[in-house]
Amino acid sequence: MKWFKKVHHYLPPDFILERADDLCIRCKACVTQCSFDANFYDQKRNFIYTLQQNCVGCNRCVAYCPTEAIVVKNRPNPFREHSHWGAYYISGIKRRAYYGGTPVKSMGNDRPFPIYWDKLLLNASQVTNPSIDPLREPMELRTYIGRRPKYLKKGEALPPSIMLQTPIMIGAMSYGALSFNSVESIGRAVTMAGTFFNSGEGGLSRDHYKFSKHVIVQVASGRFGVHKEYLDIGSAIEIKIGQGAKPGIGGHLPGEKVSESISQARMIPKGTDALSPAPHHDIYSIEDLRQLIYALKEATRYSKPVIVKIAAVHNVAAIASGIARSGADAISIDGFKGGTGAAPEIIRNHVGIPIELALAAVDTRLRQEGIRNEVSIIASGGIRGSADAIKAIALGADAVYIGTAALITLGCTLCQQCHTGRCAWGITTQDPFLSKRVNPDIMSEHLYNLFNVWSLELKEIMGAMGVNSIESLRGNRLHLRGVGLSDRDLEILGVLPAGE
Amino acid sequence: MFINVSNNLPRDISGCGISGFINTNGRRSSGRACVDSICMMRDRGNGLGAGFAVYGAYPEFRNYYAIHIIYQDNKAREETEEYLSTKLSIVQRGGIPTKKTKNIQSRPLFFVYFGKPRAQSDVAEIDEFREDQEDEFIVRLAMKINENIKGAYVISSGKNLGVFKGIGFPEDIAEMFMIDDYKGYCWIAHNRYPTNTPGWWGGAHPFSVLDWSVVHNGEISSYGINKRYLEMFKYNLNLKTDTEVISYLLDLLVRRHGLSLKEAALAFAPPFWTQIEKMNTDQKNKIEKIRRIYGSAMLNGPFAILVGFKGGLMGLSDRIKLRPLVVGQKGDTTYMASEESAIVGVVKELDRIWSPNAGEPVIAKLKPAVSARLFGKSNKTVRV
Repeated sequence: MKWFKKVHHYLPPDFILERADDLCIRCKACVTQCSFDANFYDQKRNFIYTLQQNCVGCNRCVAYCPTEAIVVKNRPNPFREHSHWGAYYISGIKRRAYYGGTPVKSMGNDRPFPIYWDKLLLNASQVTNPSIDPLREPMELRTYIGRRPKYLKKGEALPPSIMLQTPIMIGAMSYGALSFNSVESIGRAVTMAGTFFNSGEGGLSRDHYKFSKHVIVQVASGRFGVHKEYLDIGSAIEIKIGQGAKPGIGGHLPGEKVSESISQARMIPKGTDALSPAPHHDIYSIEDLRQLIYALKEATRYSKPVIVKIAAVHNVAAIASGIARSGADAISIDGFKGGTGAAPEIIRNHVGIPIELALAAVDTRLRQEGIRNEVSIIASGGIRGSADAIKAIALGADAVYIGTAALITLGCTLCQQCHTGRCAWGITTQDPFLSKRVNPDIMSEHLYNLFNVWSLELKEIMGAMGVNSIESLRGNRLHLRGVGLSDRDLEILGVLPAGE
Repeated sequence: MFINVSNNLPRDISGCGISGFINTNGRRSSGRACVDSICMMRDRGNGLGAGFAVYGAYPEFRNYYAIHIIYQDNKAREETEEYLSTKLSIVQRGGIPTKKTKNIQSRPLFFVYFGKPRAQSDVAEIDEFREDQEDEFIVRLAMKINENIKGAYVISSGKNLGVFKGIGFPEDIAEMFMIDDYKGYCWIAHNRYPTNTPGWWGGAHPFSVLDWSVVHNGEISSYGINKRYLEMFKYNLNLKTDTEVISYLLDLLVRRHGLSLKEAALAFAPPFWTQIEKMNTDQKNKIEKIRRIYGSAMLNGPFAILVGFKGGLMGLSDRIKLRPLVVGQKGDTTYMASEESAIVGVVKELDRIWSPNAGEPVIAKLKPAVSARLFGKSNKTVRV
C-alpha cells in the first residue's frame, strides 16, 4: 500500500466503514469494487482491512457486499464542538494550508441553504371544479422550446423549436465529465421518452451522433469540440454563459479524465486539463452575445433554436431580459444548487442564488416587459422530483433540466468525487475498467422509467388541480401557496401564503 | 350592498346557469322570454347574483358608447363624472331606471352615459392614452375607473348594449331593472351560484367590455396564467372573478390580434394533440400555431360560456365538456342555455335542439343585411 499516516497532513476521515466480521465471507467484492483503495485484503491473516481515510462514502462496497456486512457511517465531528467553528471550517482551513491549493469538489452545493421548493405547496380541485383522472382522460404534457411570435400572423411559419413529450430534459453534462456509457444510457433514454439531453461543453463522440434528434449541443467558452458538423447534428444549440454550480468561472475537466476518445471529441491533446475560460473571449457584453447567437443561427441556416444558459445570479432578471432581446429563442437558468463535475468548493458553496427566486424574478420581469411569451424558459439546479418540476413550471418555467437526478438513476450516491475520475459507479470516469459498470441496456431503461414515472406524477398532480394541459399551469402561480416564507419572499415568488 | 373587494381573494369561483338567444333578422323582443328562460333554472343559482345583457337596447344612441357604471355612493359618482367629463363628450346621461322590489334591500347607484372620446388637446391626456383608436380608448378608460376610483365600476361600455346585473335571484334583478321594458335582438342572462364569496354587484355576470359580453358557468382553473398573460398586454383585472379574463381575452385576441371568433374559440378550447395529429397538414399547422402562440390564453377547467359580440352570439364549452350547454333553433332565432328546460320552457315546437360537442363553438350571426342596417356598412362586425 502507498498509504501511510502523516501527522502534519492529518485530516480526520469523513466516514467510518464498519465491516461485521461474523458476516464477512472474504469474497473480496468490496476490495475489487472500491476505486479509491479504501479496502484491501491481507492474505496471510485472511482479513479485509479498511483505510477509513480513503473512503469517500460512495457505498459501492455496501451495494456489492453479498452478506450486507458493511455499513458506511458519517463520522461524528472529530473536533471539539464549537457553534461557530464547525468541522467544515476547521478541515477546510487545514486542507488549504496542507496542500497549498483551493479544494475542488463535485456535484451541487451541499451547504444547508433554504430550499424554497419545500416551502411551496400545490393546489387541488374540490367540488366547484372536478379533478380530472389522468388514467381515464387525456392529459397533455407536450412542450415546445423555442421562440413564439406575439400574435398569430397569417401565412407565417413559426420559428424553429424543439418538441418535448414531457417538460423534463437532461441538462448539460459533457462527455468527459461523464463516461461513454453514461452518455449512451442518457441518449437512449431521452430518445425513448421523446425528450432531449444536452451534450455539455465537451463536444460529442461520433458514436453518439445517432442521437441527433434528441440532443442539444452546447457551445461554451472553451469551444471544445465545436465544429460545423457538431452544430448540424444538434436539434438545438445552447450557448453556455454560466453554470449554477460555479457562476463566473469556466469549466474544469482534469487531465486525468482526458482519454484518447475524449481528446478526439474535445479536439484537445490527451491528458491535458480542459479548463475553459471564465468568459467567452468573444462576448464581453450583450451586443457580443447577440453576434454569437446570430453567428450560430447563420451557421445552421436558422433551422434550430438557440438557447442561452446563465447561472442564477443577483441581477438575473435584467440579464435574462437582455438575452430575450438579443435573439435567443430560449433562456436556461441554472440555480446555485446545480451540479458540476468539478468546481472550486469556495465558488460552488457561496456564489449564486436559488433557482426558485431567480426563476420567479425572471418570469415576472419578462412579463412586465411584455415579452415573456416570446421566449422559452428552462429552469435547472437541484430539481429532485416531479413536485419540484411542477412547482418550477407553475412559477414560470417552460421545462426543466435535470442532472443530478439522472445520475442518481445511473447509480450515483452523491459522493462528490466526479473530478477525481475514479467514480466507483462508472458514471464519471474514463477508466475502461470502471466505466463498464454502467450498462446502457439496463441504465437507459431505468432512466426511461424515471421520465415515465415523473410524467405520470405530473399528470396526477395536474389532474388533481383540474387542468389537462401543461400550458395552463405554466406561470400559473395561483396553484401555489407558500408556507413559512417571509412577505418579501412571497412577493418575489409571486405566491400567496397558505390560507389566503 | 357593496362588498369590499380588496379582501385578497385572488378570484371568486361559482357554479351557475346561463341562457341566451339571438334573432338573426335583428327583430327586437322584450326581455320577458330571457327572464322566463333563466328562471327555469332557479336551482342553478343561490340568489347571490344574476344579470342580463341586451343588444339593441339603445337604438337612438347606437353610435355612442353606452357606459354603464355602478357607484357605491355619490362621492364615487361625483369623482367619476368629473373624470368622465374630461375624457368623453357625453350626449346623454342619467340614472338607470329601477323600481323598488321586495327582495332586494340595499343596492348601489346605477348610471348610464352615452358618449364618445373627446378630441384630445392637451399633452397630459395624450401621454395618458397613447392609443388613438376609440375602442382602445374606451377599454383603457373603463380600466382606469375600475382601478383608480374607489366604489365605481364600469360594467358595460359597448354601443347599443346594456348590462344589468346585481345580487339577487334573476327574477328580482329583472323586476328591479324592469327588464321587460327593454327590447333587444340578442339577450344573454345569468343565474349565479357563488361558492366562496358573498357576491358583490360588480362580480355578477355578464362581464362586458366594449361590445363583448360574457356569461359563464364554471371555474377557470387556468385563471392565474390567463390573468398574467392579459397583464402583459396592459389589461388590469380588478373584478376578481375568473369570467373577467374571458371578455378581455376576446378583446385581445379578436379585436387587437385580429383572430376570427372561431380561431379564438380554438385558443380557448383547443383539440388535444392526439386529435391534432390526425388532422390534415393545413389544419394541423393552423391549430398547432394557435396552441403554441396562445397557450396562455387557453381556458382550462370546467366552463360553458355564452358570448355576445358585435353581430352575433357564441356558445362554447370546455374541451372535455365539464359543464352543460344546449342549443335550440326555431326559425330565425337561436337559443343557447345550460339546460334544455330553459329553452323548451319558453319556446314550443323547436326546429332543432342539440348538445354541441366539447370545445365546439356554436355561432349564430346576424344576417349581413341586418348587420349593415344596424352598424352601417363601414362599421365592421366581428369576423367569424
